[in-house]
Amino acid sequence: MLRLNGVTVDFGARRALDAVDLEVADHETVCVLGPSGSGKSTLLRVVAGLQTPDAGRVFLSGQDRTEVPPHRREVGLMFQDHQLFPQRDVGGNVAFGLRMRRARRQETAERVAELLDLVGLPDAQRRTVATLSGGEQQRVALARALAPQPRLLMLDEPLGQLDRGLRERLVVELRALFHRLSTTVLAVTHDQGEAFVLADRVVVMNEGRVAQAGTPLEVWQHPASEFVARFLGFDNVVEASVHGGAADTPWGKLPVPDGIPTGACKLLVRPTGVRLTAVEDGLPCTVEARTFRGGDAAAVTLLLQPQHGPRMEASCALREAPEPGSSVGVAFDEQEVVRLAG
Amino acid sequence: MDLARSEVDEAPGAAERGEPPQAAPAGGRRREGRRSALRLALMVLPVAFFGLFFAYPVAAIVGRGLRSDGQWQLGLLGQVLTDPDVLQVLWFTVWQAAASTACTLALALPGAYVFARFDFPGKRLLRAVVTVPFVLPTVVVGSAFLALLGRGGALEEWFGLRLDTSVWAILLAHVFINYAVVVRTVGGLWSQLDPRQEEAARVLGASRIAAWRRVTLPALAPSIGAAALIVFLFTFTSFGVIQVLGGPRYATLEVEIYRQTAALLELPTAAVLTLLQFAAVTAMLAFHARTVRKRQSMLSMLPAEQTARRPQGPGQWALLGSVLTVVVLLILTPLAVLVERSFNGPDGYGTANYRALGSVSSDATFTVAPVAAIGNSLIYAALATCIALVVGGLAAAALTTRGGGGAVGRLVRGFDSMLMLPLGTSAVTVGFGFLIALDEPPLDLRSSWMLVPLAQALVGVPFVIRTMLPVLRAVDVRLREAAAVLGASPLRAWREVDLPLVRRALIVAAGFAFAVSLGEFGATVFIARPDAPTLPVAVSRFLGRAGELNYGQAMAMSAILMLVCTGTLLALERIRTDRSGEF
Repeated sequence: MLRLNGVTVDFGARRALDAVDLEVADHETVCVLGPSGSGKSTLLRVVAGLQTPDAGRVFLSGQDRTEVPPHRREVGLMFQDHQLFPQRDVGGNVAFGLRMRRARRQETAERVAELLDLVGLPDAQRRTVATLSGGEQQRVALARALAPQPRLLMLDEPLGQLDRGLRERLVVELRALFHRLSTTVLAVTHDQGEAFVLADRVVVMNEGRVAQAGTPLEVWQHPASEFVARFLGFDNVVEASVHGGAADTPWGKLPVPDGIPTGACKLLVRPTGVRLTAVEDGLPCTVEARTFRGGDAAAVTLLLQPQHGPRMEASCALREAPEPGSSVGVAFDEQEVVRLAG
Repeated sequence: MDLARSEVDEAPGAAERGEPPQAAPAGGRRREGRRSALRLALMVLPVAFFGLFFAYPVAAIVGRGLRSDGQWQLGLLGQVLTDPDVLQVLWFTVWQAAASTACTLALALPGAYVFARFDFPGKRLLRAVVTVPFVLPTVVVGSAFLALLGRGGALEEWFGLRLDTSVWAILLAHVFINYAVVVRTVGGLWSQLDPRQEEAARVLGASRIAAWRRVTLPALAPSIGAAALIVFLFTFTSFGVIQVLGGPRYATLEVEIYRQTAALLELPTAAVLTLLQFAAVTAMLAFHARTVRKRQSMLSMLPAEQTARRPQGPGQWALLGSVLTVVVLLILTPLAVLVERSFNGPDGYGTANYRALGSVSSDATFTVAPVAAIGNSLIYAALATCIALVVGGLAAAALTTRGGGGAVGRLVRGFDSMLMLPLGTSAVTVGFGFLIALDEPPLDLRSSWMLVPLAQALVGVPFVIRTMLPVLRAVDVRLREAAAVLGASPLRAWREVDLPLVRRALIVAAGFAFAVSLGEFGATVFIARPDAPTLPVAVSRFLGRAGELNYGQAMAMSAILMLVCTGTLLALERIRTDRSGEF
């Protein structure tokens, strides 16, 4: 459906996109994930035709569309802050794209009603945009983008400004909706939770380049680089040298899973792979802080200062969590040790 | 009306959205080129209009004055500029403008605060009322103050006091006219400033005054500066008021230019004075453009309705009371006295003055019944409004079209300043320039009535641009992008997104252009044909003649003019405040 070949965009001296290759298959949902300033939004603007790339091509359904102006690309874009037309009511906003395609009046009316039903706002037709709440605006923006049946639907931080509860509900609803409509979706977000729930595939971006692409599970299990690992919230990254099923690290010897090649590399130890033991049974550490994370498992994140080596994070259940200042021993679970490429 | 304000909050969004406004990426150069072409194309008609009906006549009159026997007589410059009489006029022009500006700021800034931050019954009506003097023809203002302060005026009847021979009358009349400039430009911004900014400063330990001085004042400073400059500019080039109130003692450059041209036929002196005034005004506008561009900053804004509160405590009520007193004494009294005099005929109170307007007078002040002037004025003003809307609308569109960095951007900014020039250039020069420049085929318009609406449109254009610009700039680029992604071509996107948002601004602009055209005097007095005078010209002619009936008729005519202007303005005020959404 969508293919980008070596797309590059420069803003003066700053390179926003650097030779980006990307593919989105029919009916697939792809999430571009990255910190702010990583070029995610620029990527969407290039696909929509709102930003002309300095190099590279944009193909839609196999045709080169790089030079086609935005109003002839037949893609949908939901803007970050929705950009509903303030002078039109909800119905007028949803009908806009259909009117631009000269749909018949009857057809337009039916489609608008259908879409507002779909997004759960069946009686909102005549409401003014100013009276909508954030969540309602988001739904109207989605209905407006979907109305002309775009070949590709793009979402820029679709749930960015909503509060947490609403986000968690909407992201599941969106996922179900896209599957039901079998729409092709390219979404952009800085929130990994959102991306993992929504996407068939995620693309992690850093400074205008693709850092890693894969299914949510692949990316989570095997972050390709220290950047990706840290972006996903994993901070236990150490230099290591691997030989014979173990690795030498500043924390002492770490067990590693089979198949990690011999030599120097970086290792990630997930907090869940840091097990607490009696002081004499493992690496002696001091508990510097503990942060209650809540959630189903009532998890607590501990910040540990080992006798030697950098600080590390450990995850444990609330009832087992030691007090700050106490001494603990630490052992490592080889299944939670991951080799990082970069 | 927001003559100065508009530039202060210019395009605040681009940087914040992380879009590079000026960067022209190599691949986008073609589209960038197309945008530059569009920008330049939009400028063609406005530039042609200004070239033909502003630059050419002004240049012609300057050339006529400074050239004789095919030689430039530059020695004249020094000769005129060292003439003590001229220096006297120049000195008076500058200091009365400075004094008028200071008085206006002193009286109107508290008004701006009260209108911005307080809610009180009748506020909307009162805000329209204080704007009436601004759109009143200056000749009418002059006659109103004559009726209040002059010989046989209200003040003399009540207190035996006459001010029409003193400079106070001029200063008061200038404050009267420009009160609204400050209240609306400064107050408009003030009403939208987020009060929480000041609250944040208070919480951080600033006293009430310190918080105002450190937070609010810096935010307001650019608009105060801009308002002050506009007032200075208007009073620097004041004509109608001084013509009526100045008597033989006081003359501004503009009045002197008129005297040299129309009465003494001293074209060379007039030409030098015109150049002098032109240079001064250009310098002021350039200074203004520089300071405004430097001071652009992000302000935290709220809709005005959310910031106004009912006054609390004796201090705030006293402030409201004193502002209302100033408004009543300074704004309402002159208008009321004017109306009162218009009904005061030779045989006591009645409609004699108005009835006299319907018949051709015996002393041949007019060759037609004066009432015909009303019809003329309305037709001319309507035509001038149409011209001003087309020219000003195109110019505003060119100024807000994005793209074309570098050279095109600089060109467009220069164009922006150029469009402000007619506000400060001697209208008398323009009018006289029309007469001597547009008299040859293919542009032989000297005896055509079209000259009047053309000259009036020239004054209306800056108002149209200043009203349209902020609204056009406020239209979020991403709304247009949203329309484009949904399938709207650029033209369609403009029609569907921009036009509905600016329609109100367009109507407001039309209203101001209409009111300003209606009151235009300096140029019209030269080019209106004797058998087709406009209202201000008729008023001035009545005032120039002795006799109680003439005076009464001048007052009656002024009252009619005031009524038309007030009506236009009240209609506009409805449109202005009856807005939905953010725009």
